[in-house]
Amino acid sequence: MAGKTLYDKLWDQHLVKQSDDGLALIYIDRHFIHEVTSPQAFEGLRIAGRKLWRVGANIATPDHNVPTTTVERSAGLDGIEDPIARIQIKTLDDNCDELGITEYKINDPRQGIVHVVGPEQGATLPGMTIVCGDSHTSTHGALGALAQGIGTSEVEHVLATQCLRARKMKNMLVRIDGALRRGVTAKDLVLAVIGKIGTAGGTGYAIEFGGDAIAALSIEGRMTVCNMAIEAGARAGMIAVDQKTIDYCHGRTMAPTGAEWDTAVIAWRDLVSDDDAVFDEIVALQAEDIAPQVTWGSSPEMVASITDRVPEPAAEKDATRRNSLERALTYMGLKGGQPIKNIPLDKVFIGSCTNSRIEDLRAAAEVVQGQKVSDSIKLAMVVPGSGLVQKQAEAEGLHQIFIDAGFEWREPGCSMCLAMNADKLEEGEHCASTSNRNFEGRQGFGGRSHLVSPAMAAAAAIAGRFVDVREMGEG
Amino acid sequence: MKAFSQHQGIVMPLDRANVDTDMIIPKQFLKSIKRSGFGPYLFDELRYKDKGEPDMDCSTRPLNKDFVLNQSLYQGANVLLGRQNFGCGSSREHAPWSLEDFGFRCLIAPSFADIFYNNCFINGMLPIVLDSAIIDELFDKVNATEGFTIAVDLETQKLSLSDGTTIDFEVDAFRKHCLLNGLDDIALTLEDADLISAFESKHKKESPWLFA
Repeated sequence: MAGKTLYDKLWDQHLVKQSDDGLALIYIDRHFIHEVTSPQAFEGLRIAGRKLWRVGANIATPDHNVPTTTVERSAGLDGIEDPIARIQIKTLDDNCDELGITEYKINDPRQGIVHVVGPEQGATLPGMTIVCGDSHTSTHGALGALAQGIGTSEVEHVLATQCLRARKMKNMLVRIDGALRRGVTAKDLVLAVIGKIGTAGGTGYAIEFGGDAIAALSIEGRMTVCNMAIEAGARAGMIAVDQKTIDYCHGRTMAPTGAEWDTAVIAWRDLVSDDDAVFDEIVALQAEDIAPQVTWGSSPEMVASITDRVPEPAAEKDATRRNSLERALTYMGLKGGQPIKNIPLDKVFIGSCTNSRIEDLRAAAEVVQGQKVSDSIKLAMVVPGSGLVQKQAEAEGLHQIFIDAGFEWREPGCSMCLAMNADKLEEGEHCASTSNRNFEGRQGFGGRSHLVSPAMAAAAAIAGRFVDVREMGEG
Repeated sequence: MKAFSQHQGIVMPLDRANVDTDMIIPKQFLKSIKRSGFGPYLFDELRYKDKGEPDMDCSTRPLNKDFVLNQSLYQGANVLLGRQNFGCGSSREHAPWSLEDFGFRCLIAPSFADIFYNNCFINGMLPIVLDSAIIDELFDKVNATEGFTIAVDLETQKLSLSDGTTIDFEVDAFRKHCLLNGLDDIALTLEDADLISAFESKHKKESPWLFA
């Protein structure tokens, strides 16, 4: 019999019930909750008179809607200017208080983007099944967990039953051989993968990322990669446990200690795909071939190397694809054949669950140090992923590097990644963004997003246009 | 959940691939803590020329006449014909809620994004996957025929087109059963509460750190 993949193991370890027709009940170890996709679930639970199955499995924090300016944040919940956002965040607070759910409230130092907070607190551990009413829950798979985004009805289902109804997905291995070149990051790697397999390439699959280039990434880099698995269509992305995973978890608030730690580590070391495991699909990329990436269109698969040009729709044979290309170029205000480096920029956003961790901020600060944001950039902002990331960055003096250069240094939250709060693009504005989606209107009505790594965003802020980060500095 | 057995109506063709959930319902409307009332904001940025805000009176907003939803041919449409990877992006259930609230209880496309697909069934909607070639033909027919309708019969898994032809479709047996009977997922799962409890005890014994 063939060996098991990491996904097979995680699935089998959580299988409560398997029906003949393939449908299964999967036990959920951890449920993260935020303000946007949970109110209707709590209400549903209440209306049906159902109880919360296991209170300790749940951890909440508001992130999508919170303001990020220090002024607006200083008065906490009551200081939120948008009354609808305030009600939504208050509703989360009330629901968590009523049910006894641990919540890092708006100005708690542990508050932040739920996908930054979970691993940071040790609330995300190897071997867990993790869900959250947010598609970027795939992030947590970086620690050898089975983590996936769910809808609000499923949030209610998990609150009430601690289980998810699911069908097993197929296994895909995305293997990145070799070593990334200097200036090329986890973000560039995952954008290159999406460019290769497309935004539906992973539909129906759980993706395991493997190979030397993945093993060489830090845990935070691996989170960036798994975060964007959903942008390739896969609900879950994951990476095998290694010594880095174990070291990352050690000493975190919610991680086990003492003898329990030792037992856990033994179990975690088995969270790798067996040598003879069979994948339904294998995609291989060579790390050395990957250059810094920039998206030019309105889908994450519309991506190119910094040295490339925007594609010519006329060269596309398939009518639906040509149609998409033309529509994207019209929306983005770009011309086929235009060099990526010539794309004009108005704003720069460094943040989001993809790239707002301390290593991301360090990478951006390294590029920014001693330089000034270009006069042509209307706004450049850095939004740390959590209160703890913010504190760490301030302890290292990174915030001062950004502020001195002309960046705004904000309070933690999702911010301009999805622009639910006041941080948004105006119509027609181009933004170099470290976030995960460049959909039409995503960062603001009529806004034009270009997804890049933190270093590339920082370099773009200084230059006022996209530049090849590899040609900066030591050059 | 509202039961679904038969459904018939005008087909609206939405001829673009990768329709994402941000497009279906933009984020500003996600601030609502309710499940209903999203229909007027469905495809807000494509449908109106101005910038939509929650609680806006949509009856006086300037319409984008080029968008298919606003074209007179498709008024009252309740079947949506789409292209590949429909519903990609965010897990927001507000996307199916807004489609359902508007009246689209049946969606037909060559492929759907996983989370969206699942969210549809849970909300008493039927997403149907058909071969790309059949979808191409359907687009041709809908574009060529004013008032083209499809009648969906879930029990027999058959689409009856207004040109007299029929198409068979596949659907997950469990999802079909739930739709036909309007069954609530949670109630069904709770029938296995003892099984869940037993699993939980064993799991806790094996991996106590997960329950700290």
